[in-house]
Amino acid sequence: MIRGYVISIFITVVGTLLAIVITGSAAYTMANKNVKYRNALAMFFFIPMVFSSGIVPWYLICTTLHLRNNIWSLLVPNLLFNPFNLFLTRNFISGIPDSMRESATIDGANDIIIAFKIYFPLCVPVLATIGLFYGLGYWNDWWNAIMLVDNKNLYPVQYLLLQLKSQISMLRDLQFLSGTGSVTPPSESLKMATAIVTIGPIVLLYPFLQRYYVKGLIIGSVKG
Amino acid sequence: MEKAKSNKKKYGLLKDIAKNKFSYIIALPAMIYVFIFSYCSYPYMLVAFQKFRYNKSNILDIIFNGKWVGFKNFEFFFKSKYAFSVTFNTIYLNLLFIITGTIAAVLIALGLNELRCKWFIKTTQSVMLFPNYLSWVVVSYILFSLFSTQYGLVNKGLKLFGMNAINWYTEPKAWPTILVLMRIWKGAGMNAIIYLAAITGIDSGIYEAAAIDGANRFQQMTKITIPLLMPTIIIMTLLAIGKIIFGDFGMIYALVGDNGTLYSTTDIIDTYLFRALRQVGDPAQAMAIGLFQSAIGFVMVYGSNYVARKFYPDGALY
Repeated sequence: MIRGYVISIFITVVGTLLAIVITGSAAYTMANKNVKYRNALAMFFFIPMVFSSGIVPWYLICTTLHLRNNIWSLLVPNLLFNPFNLFLTRNFISGIPDSMRESATIDGANDIIIAFKIYFPLCVPVLATIGLFYGLGYWNDWWNAIMLVDNKNLYPVQYLLLQLKSQISMLRDLQFLSGTGSVTPPSESLKMATAIVTIGPIVLLYPFLQRYYVKGLIIGSVKG
Repeated sequence: MEKAKSNKKKYGLLKDIAKNKFSYIIALPAMIYVFIFSYCSYPYMLVAFQKFRYNKSNILDIIFNGKWVGFKNFEFFFKSKYAFSVTFNTIYLNLLFIITGTIAAVLIALGLNELRCKWFIKTTQSVMLFPNYLSWVVVSYILFSLFSTQYGLVNKGLKLFGMNAINWYTEPKAWPTILVLMRIWKGAGMNAIIYLAAITGIDSGIYEAAAIDGANRFQQMTKITIPLLMPTIIIMTLLAIGKIIFGDFGMIYALVGDNGTLYSTTDIIDTYLFRALRQVGDPAQAMAIGLFQSAIGFVMVYGSNYVARKFYPDGALY
């Protein structure tokens, strides 16, 4: 249980950071008016959104890349699972006036300085929002565990919880059928305590993060 | 090498890359990722027409030396008794979710809009948004505490009124309703916020004019708010209809799990596919089912977006 907790925290933190960096940088390029092929790039990211080939190829690709039964198989396969975030970020960055870039260029700043000194600070709100989306996704994720991991030591906390439930109902049925108390199922309180522990971080962070979440829903609803 | 072709477009691209080196370099990780996980997955669809061999499962083997078997994998699925029922369940459950979810979210948004107490609106929003943060696994625990046979709240309530306890987990007929209720409980708050944002965007001058003409609050709601909210509702619904063939695996698997007695009403394409892949272990058959799903999904997503664009040019995703 403690182990699952550590694994969950690890994939949430590392996965979210990775996802923010990758999404933010690609969105920056797509929103950069100087890049001639930015719309072609957007198309490149957009086609998989419309036509997904389902989970079987995804599973086979993960197998080919040896993303089975290790910590990376919980991190990598769903890194950009929702390309929607990419376009949400792009729309936000497109809203930053171009005059910023122009005046900085006139002042002699190069691309790298413009990106880090001007755009990055302005993008903190949207990066926080998508970070929240990704973080929640990673914390609540057990799809990767169920598909790619057979090793008990690598299960994140959500999947352990799911397994605990099925074990309980099974044991209870056994007890019910055999009529003896030889198998003691975990008590109701233990079960619910586990559930509480799982939602703990969410409950603690919820008041601080809700603002960004609502903001993200509204950013996404306006077309850039 | 590229220049030898003297292809104007290619040359333009190279020039553009030279000009904006940094931008292209930082876009590379996402491009590589999407290329590997999305574009490389398309050739794997050929597996649906082949006999799958584990020792020859890489991408080149599949394209160049697969053992072709035609439509045999599809036959297996479509001749089984499950083909119709899982497809029907997927579409039926999703339709229920779309209809009930939209109605619930719009009602909540309208209700919140009528309130004038800022503090109360904020609190209600927070309370309603919270279930959206929980995973389906946690929701399944809540469900278990409500519907469990011996200790469940519902059965205790039934006993209180002198009725017989019902064994909910072996009662397929009750499950569409249970799933719909859980779905509303988890998702309505979030959708209500989207609709509330749309309502907030309505010009307040319209309401003032209506108030001068003597319209009361209820008339303002039915004659102004609802008609002006209609485009948003229709767009959201159309986008949901586009995804109607893709069931919510996470929800069904967490709430129902491997409970065979409930399959008749809750088994959807995604869970059937999961079993074909992970428990039966035949990727070729699973791919055939997945291809069937993807093809319908593509037509639906594209069609719904086309309709949305015709109806309301600003609303479509693309």
